[in-house]
Amino acid sequence: MTLHLQTEEKQPLSREEILQPHRTLENSKVRTEDLDAWYGNNQVLKKLNIEVREHSVTAIIGPSGCGKSTLIRCLNRMHELVPRARTSGRVMLDGSDIYAKGIDPVTIRRRVGMVFQKPNPFPTMSVYDNVAAGLRLNGERNHSVLDRAVQQSLELAFLWDEVKGDLDKSGASLSGGQQQRLCIARALAVQPEVILMDEPCSALDPTATAKIEELIASIKGNYTVMIVTHNMQQAARVSDFTAFLYLGQLIEYGETTSLFENPVEELTERYLTGKFG
Amino acid sequence: MSNYSMRRFKNKLALWIGALCAALAMIPLVSILYDVVKNGASSLNVDFLTSAPGVIGQAGGGIGPAIQGTLLLVGLTIIMGVPLGVLSGIYLSEFGDNPVGRVIRFLNDVLAEFPSVVIGVVIFTLIVLTFKSFSVIAGALALSIIMLPIITRSTEESLKLVPNSIRDASMALGIRRWRTTLSVVLTTAKSGVVTGILLAIARVAGETAPLVFTILGSQYFFSGLNSPMDALPIRIYRLALLPYPYAQAQGWGAALALTLMVLVVNIGVRLATRGRLYTTRSRA
Ligand SMILES: Nc1ncnc2c1ncn2[C@@H]1O[C@H](COP(=O)(O)OP(=O)(O)OP(=O)(O)O)[C@@H](O)[C@H]1O
Ligand SMILES: [Mg+2]
Repeated sequence: MTLHLQTEEKQPLSREEILQPHRTLENSKVRTEDLDAWYGNNQVLKKLNIEVREHSVTAIIGPSGCGKSTLIRCLNRMHELVPRARTSGRVMLDGSDIYAKGIDPVTIRRRVGMVFQKPNPFPTMSVYDNVAAGLRLNGERNHSVLDRAVQQSLELAFLWDEVKGDLDKSGASLSGGQQQRLCIARALAVQPEVILMDEPCSALDPTATAKIEELIASIKGNYTVMIVTHNMQQAARVSDFTAFLYLGQLIEYGETTSLFENPVEELTERYLTGKFG
Repeated sequence: MSNYSMRRFKNKLALWIGALCAALAMIPLVSILYDVVKNGASSLNVDFLTSAPGVIGQAGGGIGPAIQGTLLLVGLTIIMGVPLGVLSGIYLSEFGDNPVGRVIRFLNDVLAEFPSVVIGVVIFTLIVLTFKSFSVIAGALALSIIMLPIITRSTEESLKLVPNSIRDASMALGIRRWRTTLSVVLTTAKSGVVTGILLAIARVAGETAPLVFTILGSQYFFSGLNSPMDALPIRIYRLALLPYPYAQAQGWGAALALTLMVLVVNIGVRLATRGRLYTTRSRA
């Protein structure tokens, strides 16, 4: 594994420094420690160590089936909802292990939100109810709080202007791109700290994709974003850091520009130049 | 014929065959409705609907007790059968992917296929003989047992149609499992669940055989949950057996009354649940 994360003085870390057990990034938000993940007997993630910097966008790339979705689903404990799926190792969120005994996965999922590959608004709910769902179903009843949260989230998701005239229409009646922004607004409404996005644009056309990329750039000051993508240009455009996964292992991880321009591992280079994957 | 016009022709043909089949399926429905309305409409009037049956062999009297009994029975049956059926359906769909679930699902299917007269006889031996009286309670119990597997099944099937991506979306928002099930999955499947309930209500409202063994039928209005009671299907059956023209006409009238009641319940429930059931839009 090669890391080219940089310290404050922009000194590349040496391999030894990285492998030191207690070495952590400045502003590390999420850190996995020897994370393994299984579906039944099929081990999908193998001793994966990655640190994600706060208020940055980190892209996860790699060929199909390498474990990208599994990785991010481990970060908000969605992985364990799959029958016979399990994990070992630790995932630190702000320095404490989200898999520690007695941690309620529900509290983790409220801090680490998720946007899925296919837009999945709640089909029988209105635009308003979709965005309010996370708060309301956790007990928030105050109308002005809900109204404010809905408007703010829709604004953050660049959807407010398009739907403000009719918040009561069905979420399912929006276009695909609008639905995906609705799902982002829904995730933002519960004010998570981290947003995980699993190929959020793969079902969208270029215009809708551009909107979502713009949105990601505009929210990253307040959130930590991790985005899985199959689109190299997209990774290059939106992310500060990029992680390359292959067969459940982290092959290379570093600042996006340096990883794209000077990949250290041959595997990374071959993947980036389209020789496989 | 070119390939394209051939396909267009096949498409048209399939469409017409489908429409024809749908029309054929409507024939029995329409003809039954037509007969019931034609023969029953003349008997329907306030006096007929509200008074007790008259002396056998003499014209006059009505089906008041039968209407009262059917309303009471169906009401009690809904109270007992619907919550239990919906909850079992939820269990089977959301948590039933294990041996216990499979056993329950199998038993439920067996119960659904039981002839209703057998259920009537069972309740007769268990309840009627034990308490030495035909009773409304016994009737409602029999009808609930008939209703339960229908609702369980239809609820399970409707919930299974909700894609997992919807459950994922809800869980990823940090919404608890039970909340997700009740407020997201059940709401999404609402129209299917409601349809199942309505079909089950219509089915039990028309059951006759189990009632003969449990509430028996009666000439009088309600006189306590543990006494015999009349109900529309029993009254229709009794009237139809009488050899007098007035009784036949009354039987048709009772049949029309039963049909209208089922229709009113259907339309009423549809209207009431047209909006959202749980996450109601409640903004200022
Ligand atoms: N629900 C599941 N049950 C069993 N195995 C699964 C499940 N989901 C994924 N896997 C397996 O885990 C491996 C990694 O899957 P994952 O979805 O994490 O890959 P991915 O990198 O996201 O791929 P893609 O780019 O195609 O989305 C695959 O080999 C897949 O077969
Ligand atoms: Mg994936």
